[in-house]
Order: sequence, then structure tokens, then C-alpha cells
Amino acid sequence: MDTTPKAIAGVSTFLDDRIGAGSFLKRNMRKIFPDHWSFLLGEIALYSFIILLLTGTFLTFWFKPSMGEVVYSGSYQPLVGVKMSEAYASALNISFDVRGGLLIRQIHHWAALLFIAGMMVHMLRVFFTGAYRKPRELNWLIGVGLLSLALLEGLTGYSLPDDLLSGAGLRITEGVMLGIPVVGTYLTFLLFGGEYPGHDVISRFFTIHILLIPGILLALISAHMVLMWVQKHTQMPGTGRTNKNVVGAPFYPTFMAKAGAFTLFTFGVIALLGTFAQINPIWLFGPYTPADISAGSQPDFYMGFLEGSLRLMPSWEINFLDHTVSLSVLIPALVPLGVVMTGLALYPFIEQWVTGDRREHHTADRPRNNPHRTAIGFTGIAFYGVLWLLGANDEISANFHISLYETTIFGRFAIFLVPALAYFVAYRICIGLQRKDAEVLSHGVESGVIKRLPNGEYIEVHTPAAQDIADHIRGKEEIPIIESGVDGDGIPPKGARTALGRLRAKASEAYGTDHIPLDEGHGHDEHAAIGAGDHSDGHRDGH
Amino acid sequence: MIGTGNSVNSITARRRHPLARYAVVALALGLLGGGYAVAAPGGSSADAAIASGKADDVAQGKSLFVAHCASCHGMNAEGTAKAPTLVGVGAAAVDFQVSTGRMPAADAGPQAPRKPLGEWVTPQAIDDLAAYVQSLGGGPARPAAEQVDPAKGDPAKGGELFRANCIQCHNFVGAGGALTYGKYAPPLNPATPTQIYEAMATGPQAMPVFNDSTITPDQKRDMIAYITHVRQQVDPGGSGLGRIGPVTEGLVAWIVGLSLLILAAIWITAKKRRTHA
Repeated sequence: MDTTPKAIAGVSTFLDDRIGAGSFLKRNMRKIFPDHWSFLLGEIALYSFIILLLTGTFLTFWFKPSMGEVVYSGSYQPLVGVKMSEAYASALNISFDVRGGLLIRQIHHWAALLFIAGMMVHMLRVFFTGAYRKPRELNWLIGVGLLSLALLEGLTGYSLPDDLLSGAGLRITEGVMLGIPVVGTYLTFLLFGGEYPGHDVISRFFTIHILLIPGILLALISAHMVLMWVQKHTQMPGTGRTNKNVVGAPFYPTFMAKAGAFTLFTFGVIALLGTFAQINPIWLFGPYTPADISAGSQPDFYMGFLEGSLRLMPSWEINFLDHTVSLSVLIPALVPLGVVMTGLALYPFIEQWVTGDRREHHTADRPRNNPHRTAIGFTGIAFYGVLWLLGANDEISANFHISLYETTIFGRFAIFLVPALAYFVAYRICIGLQRKDAEVLSHGVESGVIKRLPNGEYIEVHTPAAQDIADHIRGKEEIPIIESGVDGDGIPPKGARTALGRLRAKASEAYGTDHIPLDEGHGHDEHAAIGAGDHSDGHRDGH
Repeated sequence: MIGTGNSVNSITARRRHPLARYAVVALALGLLGGGYAVAAPGGSSADAAIASGKADDVAQGKSLFVAHCASCHGMNAEGTAKAPTLVGVGAAAVDFQVSTGRMPAADAGPQAPRKPLGEWVTPQAIDDLAAYVQSLGGGPARPAAEQVDPAKGDPAKGGELFRANCIQCHNFVGAGGALTYGKYAPPLNPATPTQIYEAMATGPQAMPVFNDSTITPDQKRDMIAYITHVRQQVDPGGSGLGRIGPVTEGLVAWIVGLSLLILAAIWITAKKRRTHA
């Protein structure tokens, strides 16, 4: 194969001469991607998004986004003769009368759940490894934007079939909008085109769901990928890996093959779910009328934390100059969302402010090596998790025979106590794991060889850790601490003179202090030292 | 004491054996239970009377009532501090409560659960009890078989009524739901058409009464047609996941979907080839 076949050479020369494709590909096909299973989590979301675009297009061929009233006459017997909106009737039609329609609908819905779940786990991976640090803060912000938009995309999506369950979600949306002081009523009338539910909301949600948000998502995802490509992926610490290189496999062929395989895996898992697990059975819910509501009405999982906060909230309201401010709706709708999303968006910048760290970071932190960050992350997970769990408190109550009110009272305490506990536990686990690391380096690993010394004492021979494990551990980076000590004249540095400055200095010290420095020496005598009793052998075993 | 070795002391030692107290309790319980079994047949004289067909329904019902119900509802169903009067509740209430095993109640929880029927609860015994309670002050009667025949109802109409009146507690397919203070709306799946009708007519426990002027007997039959149709339906989309909506769907997405994909990711990246750039 010395000469390129003419059919290929001709086309590639044509392209190369006009758009410079050759040099572009040359530069990029050999791009190195580091390998770690957690780096594929974001791809779950990416491939789910592709499935969403494909299946969503299929669904639009038959879906009628109209609230015009029709009498159902399709093949689902228990609803024949029932008055319903065209949207609901066409969704039933897709489910029962379009060939493959139900399967595609279910795949679309499962893909939506995995799209958001994939984003969440990907985001947690980025957070816990500190991969959002300079220079990747912008991409992190794009990610937070993607997640927020995805929630909105989900809400508008599951509202479209105009079934009874989605109507409950729509009603809550209306309630929250009405609760916004001063402009709430106007906003509601703007969205619904008049009194709830009106005749416009489905067609408006349709445009938002299939055009506006997917367009923005597509643009942001592209930007997300391009930035990742240009800035290169972070890598886990390890042998030969520095802040200045990338160790891994080239995009072509290795990474491409792996990504291709993972695409197929994602398609496969979602197709399996769509085939074997029923999701959003709108025919069981019935058509939406504002008068009806079902027990156990729940939103899709990603909205569960908002449902939970609404359920936990005491019924507070303020009457001010004859206007009612419904804190019982406003606080649960805005505060948890605000805390989670704003917290996520600001975290890279807060961390930078606290540590004063303006360096570029291309190696990922192991979560244990930044215990405060990890603990804060788990606090967030616990906060979100308690709200999410309590969003299903009626199902928990009904299925586990726990009194409903007790779940609410539990939740009102748990929402404050569990995150605090999570912080403490996560922090202690990180410290414990760091201790383990330090011990592996200083004492080696247990070899399984028990020796009896001449004086009768038994010891276990320890061997030094394998090179890759040791390098992985030694990848621990120091967290900088800002200068705050007083100088020779007893004057603190400029930044640390104000109350905020003192707070920053304190936070920085707490955040950055390394309690378990890696000790390479053999240290304490009570543990059997590496190769004790047979020193040279022990070292030879250690690869 | 130990070591003197005579027999009195060995009895004392055995008496203080750690298992001795259990032996005593077991003995006491055995005596009590056995004694009760011997003394109890007082209640079964009514059963005997039914079996031999001597007394009429009301009289047999009365003796069953005295045996199984009177301790809470009073000797003449006049009610006590523990339980309400049964004058005027009607035969439908008796049939619903007794045929579902809710009555006689096992203990005083927030709500009497459906449970397996006692041995004495035969169709004949329920008929007798119902006749007796009906004789006290009337009330909703038990529906005829054709009144609850799902085949004669219109499930589409029944579905609309079901959504308007029932699902806020019982869930959209009758899977049940939580209520306040430990009460709950039970799942409708185990209920027979007759029991569903009687529940609507009598409003047991936390349930409101849907009498014939609120929901006509024909409409009740339509609702029964819908409930039974939907619960017999094979889920067209695969496993129904308990038919309780997005909670189980979310669990499956995370536990099945995401776990499988993470396993795939671990598998794909397990084999590494290194190149520097």
C-alpha cells in the first residue's frame, strides 16, 4: 500500500486544497486522550442527547401540539369516547397506533432520564477531581448552564402529552410563577395566554422544547466539546504524568474505537430500557383536567428535589399592604435551585479566592486529597438527596407504612442535619484514606509473608508499593494557602486587614492545610518496616 | 451452697438455671392457651347452629355478632368507646368489612388493614351477620351480582368518574396512596367488584361515602368496569414498575441504566495503551 488509490487521493486532495482538511486532521486525529472510566460519564449524556434528537424528530411527525378538544376514537379501549386535547390524543396515537411509536416514545423518555443522570454524574466527577480549575472554569460554567437548561427541557417535554400527571407539574409551575411578587400574575398570563390552563401553553412549550432549548443545548454542547478539545482533557495523577503532558491513547484509532463502542453501549442500554421497562404510561394517567389529581403525582427524577422542598416547607406567608407573599411556594421553588445552581457556578471562583491559586491545573485531584472540597461536595449531595428523597414521601409512606407526617417532620430536620453529618463523615473518610496512602508509601504493602524472629516475635514482611500505585499516590498536590501572617513590624498583609480578609485567611488555612503529609521515611517502629528481617528480598519483590 | 452435693441444693441450682425462667413462661403460656382452647367453644355454638341449620339468619347472625364483634361494638351493636354503633350501617358495610378481613379488627391501629379471613368467616356466616346488622336499622344493602358486573359497565365513562373521585387517594390505577396520621388508601387490586361497590356505598374508615345520589349504581358499575379493566391490562410498554409513576422510573434509570453504562465504561477503559503527547 505505497500509493493511495486514486478515488481516495482525488477526493482528499480536492478537500485539502480548498479547506485545508489534511493538516487539520493530521493535527487532531492523533490528539491524545487520557483513559479513566470516569472520563466517559459525560459521554453518557452526549450520546443520550443524540438519541433524544433522533427519537424526538420521529415523535414530532405524529405529535399535534394543540389543546383543541377532540373525542378519542383510537385503539385504547378504556378511553374511547373521552374528550381530550389533541396533544393527548396524538400522544395516545403514537403509543398505540403508530408502528414502533410506543417504543420510540419510551426510548425518548429513558434517554431523557439518562441524559440528565449522565450530566449529573459527569458534573460530580469534574467537581470531585477539581477538573473545573483554571483554565477550565468557562467550560464548567457552560456545564452548569447545560444542566439548568436540561431541567427546563425536561419540564417542557413531559408537559407536552397533556396527560393528568404532567398537568400536575404544569399546575405547580403556574403556582410558582403566581407566587413571584409583583410580576407573577403578568408572567403567568404571558406564559399561558390568559387564565390557566388556557389554550396556548402546549404549543408554546412545544416550540420551546423542540426548537429553542435543543438549539441552545446543541450550541453549548458544541462549545463544551471544542473547549475540552482545545484545552485537552485532564488526567489522573500517575507514572509519567505531569501538569505539562497528556498520557493516554490517540483519538484515532484508539479513543475513537472506545467512544464508538460506548455510543453503542449507551444506545443498547437505552433501547433495552425502552423495550422492557414501561415509562410514563400516559394512557393510565388519563387526559388532563384541572379538577383531577392523582395520589403519588411525582415529577421526573431531576425535578424531585423541587417537589421535596415544596413538600417540606411549612405554610408561611406574609401579608404586606393587602398583597400576599407566599413564602411557602417561593422559598421551596427558588432557594434549593438557587443554592445548588449558584453554588455550582461560583465554586471554582470561590475556591480560587480562598486558596489564592491562579495556576493552571491539568492533572485531576484525587477526591481524598482535597478533603474540604470533597466534604462540601457531599454536603451538596446530601442536601439535594434529602430533598429528592422527600419528594417521594407519599410513596415511601404508602409502601413502607410510615406515617406521612412523620416523613415530613423527619425531612424538616434532616435537611439541615444530614448535610452537616455528610460534611463531617466525608471529611473524616478523606483523612482516613490519606492516612492509608501515607502508610502505603512509608511502610509499603502487606506481603502476606509472616516471619518469626529469633526472639520469638512474629512480623509480617511489607514490600514497597508498586511503582504505578506509588506514583498515583505521589500525585497529591499541595493546596496553596494565602499569605496572612504578620510581617516583622507586626502588620498583617494588606488583604488580611478587613473582616472579609480575615475570614478569607482563616478559610484558606483550613482549606489548604495538609494534615497528612506523605511521609516517605520509614517512621514509626511499631509497624513492621519494609522488608523487615529480610530487607533485600522485600525490595526486589516490589517490581 | 454449691458443692454440698445434696439433692435439695441441686433443685435450687436448677431453679436458678438461666433457662428456667423461659421454661416457666412457656409452661404458663401453654396452660393458658390450652385452658382457653377448652373453655372457648362458647363461641362456636353459633357455628354449630348454622351448620345444623336450626336458627334463622338473624338469630345466627346475632350469636356470631356476640362472639366476634360485641366486645368492641357492644352487645347490641350500640357502640362503645372503642368502636362505633353498627345500627344503620347496613349489610353492605358488614359484607365489605368482614369479607376483606378488616373486621374483626386485630388491633387498634390508625386503620384496620385487609387481612386473611378467620376460619369462621364463611359466606354463610357473613350472610347471617349482614342480616342481623341490617335488621337493626337498615342501611345500604349488598349489591346484586349484575349491579357489579364489569362486563355491563362502560369503562371509558367509569374512567372519567374514577379520575374525578378516586385517584386523589387511590392513585391513577388504584395502586393506593398515603393519607394523614398513618392512614392510607389501600390498593384496589385485591378488591372484588362487590367490595368496590360496597366501599363506595358505605365509605369505610377514611373513605367518604359515595351514595346513590352522588354516584348512581350504573355509574358505580362503570367505575368497577374501568378499575377491573385497567388492573387486568397487560402493560404494553414492558414491566409496569409498580405503576406508581416517576419514582420507580427514576430508580430504574439510576440503578439499572446508569449502573450498566458505568460498568461498560469501566470495561472499555480497563485495557490501556499509552502514548505520550
